[in-house]
Amino acid sequence: MTDLTLSNRTIASKPAPPNEATAFRLPTQWIGVAPFFIFALMFLILPTIYLVIGAFQNSDGQLTFDNILQLVSDPSISSSYWVSIKISFWSAIIGAFAGLAIAIAIVRGGLPSWTRSATLTFSGVASNFAGLPLAFAFLATLGRVGIVTTLLRDVLNINIYAMGFNFLTTSGLIAVYLFFQIPLMVVIIVPAIDGLKKEWGEAAATLGATQAQYWRMVVIPVIWPSFLGTVILLFANAFGAIATAYAFAGPALNIVPIKLYSQINGDVLHNPQLGYAIAFGMIVITGLANVFYIWFRTRSERWLK
Amino acid sequence: MKSGKFWAWVVFIVGAAYFFIPLMATVEFSLRMRRGVHSFDAYQIVLGDARFQSTFLYSVVAAIFTIILGVLIVVPAAYWIRLRLPQLRPIVEFITLLPLVIPAIVIVFGYIRMYGSNSPLPFLGSNMGANALLVIGYATLALPYMYRAVDTGLRTIDVRTLTEAAQILGAGWGTIIGRVILPNVLIAVLSGAFLTFAIVIGEFTMASLLNRPAFGPYLQNIGANRAYEPAALAIIAFAITWGCMSLIQILSRFAPKSSNRPN
Repeated sequence: MTDLTLSNRTIASKPAPPNEATAFRLPTQWIGVAPFFIFALMFLILPTIYLVIGAFQNSDGQLTFDNILQLVSDPSISSSYWVSIKISFWSAIIGAFAGLAIAIAIVRGGLPSWTRSATLTFSGVASNFAGLPLAFAFLATLGRVGIVTTLLRDVLNINIYAMGFNFLTTSGLIAVYLFFQIPLMVVIIVPAIDGLKKEWGEAAATLGATQAQYWRMVVIPVIWPSFLGTVILLFANAFGAIATAYAFAGPALNIVPIKLYSQINGDVLHNPQLGYAIAFGMIVITGLANVFYIWFRTRSERWLK
Repeated sequence: MKSGKFWAWVVFIVGAAYFFIPLMATVEFSLRMRRGVHSFDAYQIVLGDARFQSTFLYSVVAAIFTIILGVLIVVPAAYWIRLRLPQLRPIVEFITLLPLVIPAIVIVFGYIRMYGSNSPLPFLGSNMGANALLVIGYATLALPYMYRAVDTGLRTIDVRTLTEAAQILGAGWGTIIGRVILPNVLIAVLSGAFLTFAIVIGEFTMASLLNRPAFGPYLQNIGANRAYEPAALAIIAFAITWGCMSLIQILSRFAPKSSNRPN
């Protein structure tokens, strides 16, 4: 991103070539994009700015950092951030590696071609199958009377609940989130693997590279940026997700989006301004993640063009 | 290569199992309502429930309005940027990515505080206003997908030549967008529309916080109170998502192949 603006500045400093857009036609130039910008301003940018400003105000409208400080000092809030970050981080990492393995298997593994189209179709569906229905599916599978739970108990005599399994633990939620994280990874990373040119493999082979060297010195460096970028997208994806977790435990589960949900519904923290601060914290975390995402993506596009 | 193929099969089969076991188990569970035999009782109860019908209808209507709003906002902007204002492209792309950065719950929280009944623009003061705000919120959620779909569609046609040809024949801007550009990108718009539909139909956070009688809050309510019906609803929701995605795939076969891509 920084590169882009710099190069634009050098271009901008040059005298502009004469073009058809003369000064008196300028207003009509904007008509086509006006609805878009008005919409984005009113319903995306201003509401967000409103929350960010609110995060730095007390109830009388004076500037304060108390709300932000309370995010850290209030153990119930800081722990909810910590749990959310842990779930999002691990579901992103595991989902990314599992998705990458599946993508490599179907693109490069020499499997029959139906596996590729079947996997891609299914991934498109599953990456959009989140929220409440996903939670219902897992409850029917691994809930206390779920099919797999009872099968394991009756046939193999394994009681997973006695072994400490629970959807409401960090690892339980990670396992559920993987159901949409892995397919999302597959959908995004398959084009990147397709972008590996055949000539690179041939060139490496001509130069005497082994298969391992080809992977280490060509494939991984090329895929790396889009892989990292996608990990970050998966992170943000899990961080804002609320419905699946809400279906398991209602407002009881201590993750940030559910905390904010309860705060909006009923001011459970007894400080309206604190809601703004929680929202601000979420924007900061997903925003930082996405800055990295954009940075990695522009780097990877340079290679895959 | 032999061992590579072996591991590829292992990965594929393990992956397939991870995804198919929960789905199979959910189907099985949803058929278990009557003790001892498989039956479609859970589906019958769900589909016959008046609240299922009303909330589902509500969400379908909301999705349709969302798609219309999205098209009205995105198509002129994407077209105009290709034609006249390419320098705005990075800004517009950045804005369309924002809904992926700002979680839905934060966006709707901003709406509740900014457009409450005491505000200058009291969307939440009336029922219709709140419905409108829900559609607007959904349109923001769909913005990244809608914009990308339309922009991809525009890339495959020669916007400038089509526009000039239409202008030479005396067409105004409304005619150009409505009768020349839109039909040419219709397939792209439709795939954006089906994706929007899949996202919107079961959406929970916004509908619940704006207190709308939509399908998402209904799902939540059933999930909290019933045993077998949620499994049936999960299968129905999966079928809807699958339907939307297959329609997108079928449509993409009819999409015009790229005409002016550099390679």
